[in-house]
Amino acid sequence: MKRIVEVTINGERHELALEPYRSLLDVLRNDVGLTGTKKGCDVGDCGACTVLLDGKPVNSCLVLGVEVGGSEILTIEGLQRGPERLHPLQDAFMRHGAAQCGFCTPGFLMMASALLDENPAPTEEEIRFGIAGNICRCTGYTKIVAAIQAAARDKAEGKA
Amino acid sequence: MNEPRLVAADLPAHGGVGVALRHESAHLHVAGEATYIDDMREARGTLHAAFGLSARAHARIGALDLAPVRAAPGVVAVLTAADIPGANNVGAVLHDDPILADGEVQYLGQPLFLVLAETVDQARRAARLAQVDYQELPAILTVEEALARGSFVLPTVTLERGDAQAAIARAPHRLKGALDIGGQEHFYLEGQIAYALPREDGGMLVYNSTQHPGEAQARIAHALGVELHRVAVECRRMGGGFGGKETQGTLPAAAAAIAARHTGRPVKLRYDRDDDMLITGKRHNFRVEYEVGFDGAGSILGLDFVFASQCGFSADLSGPVNDRAVMHADNAYFLPHVRIVSHRCRTHTQSNTAFRGFGGPQGMVAIETVIEAIARHLGLDPLAVRRANFYGPGRDVTPYAMQVEDFVADRLCDEVAKSSDYGARRAAIRAWNAASPVIKRGIALTPVKFGISFTSTFFNQAAALVHVYAADGTVLLNHGGTEMGQGLFTKVAQVVAQEFGIDVDRVRVSASDTARVPNASATAASSGSDLNGMAAQAAAREIKARLVAFAAERFGVAPEAVRFAGNAVEVGDVQRLSFAELVNLAYHGRVQLWASGFYRTPKIHYDPKTLRGRPFYYFAYGAAVSEVAIDTLTGETKCLRVDILHDVGRSLNPAIDLGQVEGGFVQGAGWLTSEELRWSDAGALQTHAPSTYKIPVASDVPADFRARLWSRGENVEESVHGSKAVGEPPLMLAISVFLAIRDAVAAAGDGRREPRLDAPATPEAVLRAVEALRAGGETQGGGA
Ligand code: FES
Ligand code: FES
Repeated sequence: MKRIVEVTINGERHELALEPYRSLLDVLRNDVGLTGTKKGCDVGDCGACTVLLDGKPVNSCLVLGVEVGGSEILTIEGLQRGPERLHPLQDAFMRHGAAQCGFCTPGFLMMASALLDENPAPTEEEIRFGIAGNICRCTGYTKIVAAIQAAARDKAEGKA
Repeated sequence: MNEPRLVAADLPAHGGVGVALRHESAHLHVAGEATYIDDMREARGTLHAAFGLSARAHARIGALDLAPVRAAPGVVAVLTAADIPGANNVGAVLHDDPILADGEVQYLGQPLFLVLAETVDQARRAARLAQVDYQELPAILTVEEALARGSFVLPTVTLERGDAQAAIARAPHRLKGALDIGGQEHFYLEGQIAYALPREDGGMLVYNSTQHPGEAQARIAHALGVELHRVAVECRRMGGGFGGKETQGTLPAAAAAIAARHTGRPVKLRYDRDDDMLITGKRHNFRVEYEVGFDGAGSILGLDFVFASQCGFSADLSGPVNDRAVMHADNAYFLPHVRIVSHRCRTHTQSNTAFRGFGGPQGMVAIETVIEAIARHLGLDPLAVRRANFYGPGRDVTPYAMQVEDFVADRLCDEVAKSSDYGARRAAIRAWNAASPVIKRGIALTPVKFGISFTSTFFNQAAALVHVYAADGTVLLNHGGTEMGQGLFTKVAQVVAQEFGIDVDRVRVSASDTARVPNASATAASSGSDLNGMAAQAAAREIKARLVAFAAERFGVAPEAVRFAGNAVEVGDVQRLSFAELVNLAYHGRVQLWASGFYRTPKIHYDPKTLRGRPFYYFAYGAAVSEVAIDTLTGETKCLRVDILHDVGRSLNPAIDLGQVEGGFVQGAGWLTSEELRWSDAGALQTHAPSTYKIPVASDVPADFRARLWSRGENVEESVHGSKAVGEPPLMLAISVFLAIRDAVAAAGDGRREPRLDAPATPEAVLRAVEALRAGGETQGGGA
């Protein structure tokens, strides 16, 4: 039995007819067509599927589509601030080479944006623990941490 | 931005060779717009596939009742081995890797049948409904059992020089020991995937996350029973590979293609993560035994190694992987009398495969552990023992008879010892350990010398296509290499931009595609930019030569007077025009504006029977110092500081190279400290998800992490702009972490006895080692 769910995704209202067992991740990727959010493990252990649910980061593979009725969801496709305006984190990730294969990148960006929303000036250690739920198999994290630090600095200096 | 640039700028072109340019897909990565295969818009009628997996390690299949699977909702077809029109094999070397098990299963997790359904969910649910009558057969699950039963995928190989046993017997000091080195799951973030679309006239197009599209193409064609020219395999990018998609991406590709042929519909097969970990092979785990004889300075006089690796149920790449382990058992050290025996054990487990380093890391862990054992036995600084054994003048021939002509490990070790303050810190650690009963610290400095080239000489070839479009002077580049995040496409684009003197954003790299460049080798052995960079450079140079000849004639100057720089072409002092203008003129002058380039690595030769020759074009080097602290009450380990100096020759792209160094190191540290694979007594992999298999996260990486590229790096051989390969070698820098932990554990004893600590050095393993040492029990090495 499908259920009708109304939800706002990246500022746009959607009405979706969903089977109750389907994950938010599958709904975003397959029903809404937002494939920027990645499936790394599907069991809540890699963070590749991180999106913001009412401003809080969640593993979208662990959330059911039918649970999100009335909520606001932000995915990587909505992080950008305009057609030509990247989020400062996106810009910093590019400048710092924080993506190699790029498969983990959307999840890290969503997690980091939530981190900076909550704590605009995190220490390096706070960053490392803040993103400890996300796996990157390529970079060794150094450049991801540096990018998040740089974005926080830019924000503080009002550059972004 | 695609308007032709009609005015030549005076600025130099942006993004040539040596520039710390960002990854060519960076803007797509950060926007979520980089398309991986599972992100592609699905064609009408696409079916989704899932494998039914064996639930036994070794059994004959008495009966396979698939009726309940066929009856499940959404199921369109269920295929077994009998439905494969051609060869039921994806084995790359031997033909021993079935696509679907036929009559007998050889490991728990082996694909037995393939379900096709309208949705992923339906396919996966249905795959669990089969009734399988397993008639169990005895299963060999460990290296020990395989050795005892003489179970091997390939014959044992011995590399020998001089008389190791006699030299050991004569030596003033002798040690004997053993070490187990665990395997490693690749955990590429993007799992294995293929998407097959049937084409007219028996054709098949397969999108495949693979490091070797050409191999996939051949296996698909053979499985379908069609000629290779009907099959095209394409890969724009992978979400990580690390060797795990060198051969093992081929299985989903062949299966999806068979299913697409069978149903006439597009078929996507994406492994669920659990299935991925159950089906695919990993880094080989090794059992190492050593016996070494040495003098009072720690100089090795004779060394006898016995390696036994777990290959799993089939040969896959186990032959060359184990050969490479043997060829890296010297690392940076001259071994006058040496014997290395290499057993390739057949077990009823996943077929172990390529993984960054390809056997080299296991060989290197072995010799570096021996070096540390010698140092502890003699009470010397391990760095002094390393120096006593380094290759050098008159002692520069490897056990496989290759002369080492470019040795710099000694210089790297000296420099990193200095910059990391190794000597003073070792003294400080000794003082700390004397005063600290619970927390012990350890330090290790290890070099890396890694041979670059495929040991199968014929693989060392590459081809590229360069197109220049007349209407706007933009360049399209295609080569046989694949992009898995390592930055290959970026580097090769830089090489081409450099030749033409144009901005790198005027060069685009298109997806690896067997229909464009045939017979391409795997992107592996760290050779991607060496091989494809040279091939692309050759193609660009050919076009450039034609443009030069054209311009010289047209404007009546000598060819030497035609220069390409800053997106412009200077034709003596007669003319200065933009690259696009010249290209356009040349087109109208009927000049061919595309070319193919080919490269094969010179000088190399190697006889796999005798294990002798010059398998490597050159060596890549590095050195690292790691310091750790362990808690002797809990076994908890913390890496405190890492200093790395790595030689990439003259870097094509320092940003990308440094990223490879950092990422490789962390992946290696994971392998040796936290990533532990466990199988049950029934052969079921217990660690088949990241919840039970511990991959390093950001908080596991030492905050004090100082990685540098060696500014004096050169390649003595002629390589693309003097660069060196960088994909694999840095992984082995992490051996310093493992040995630093052993150093700390040894400090929990009297500092002289060798701890019994295998890899990975998990907290449990560290705790066990500390307790064994303190109880005065069995240790790993002992005087012989
Ligand atoms: S896909 Fe959701 S946490 Fe891995
Ligand atoms: S960039 Fe590949 S997993 Fe992070």
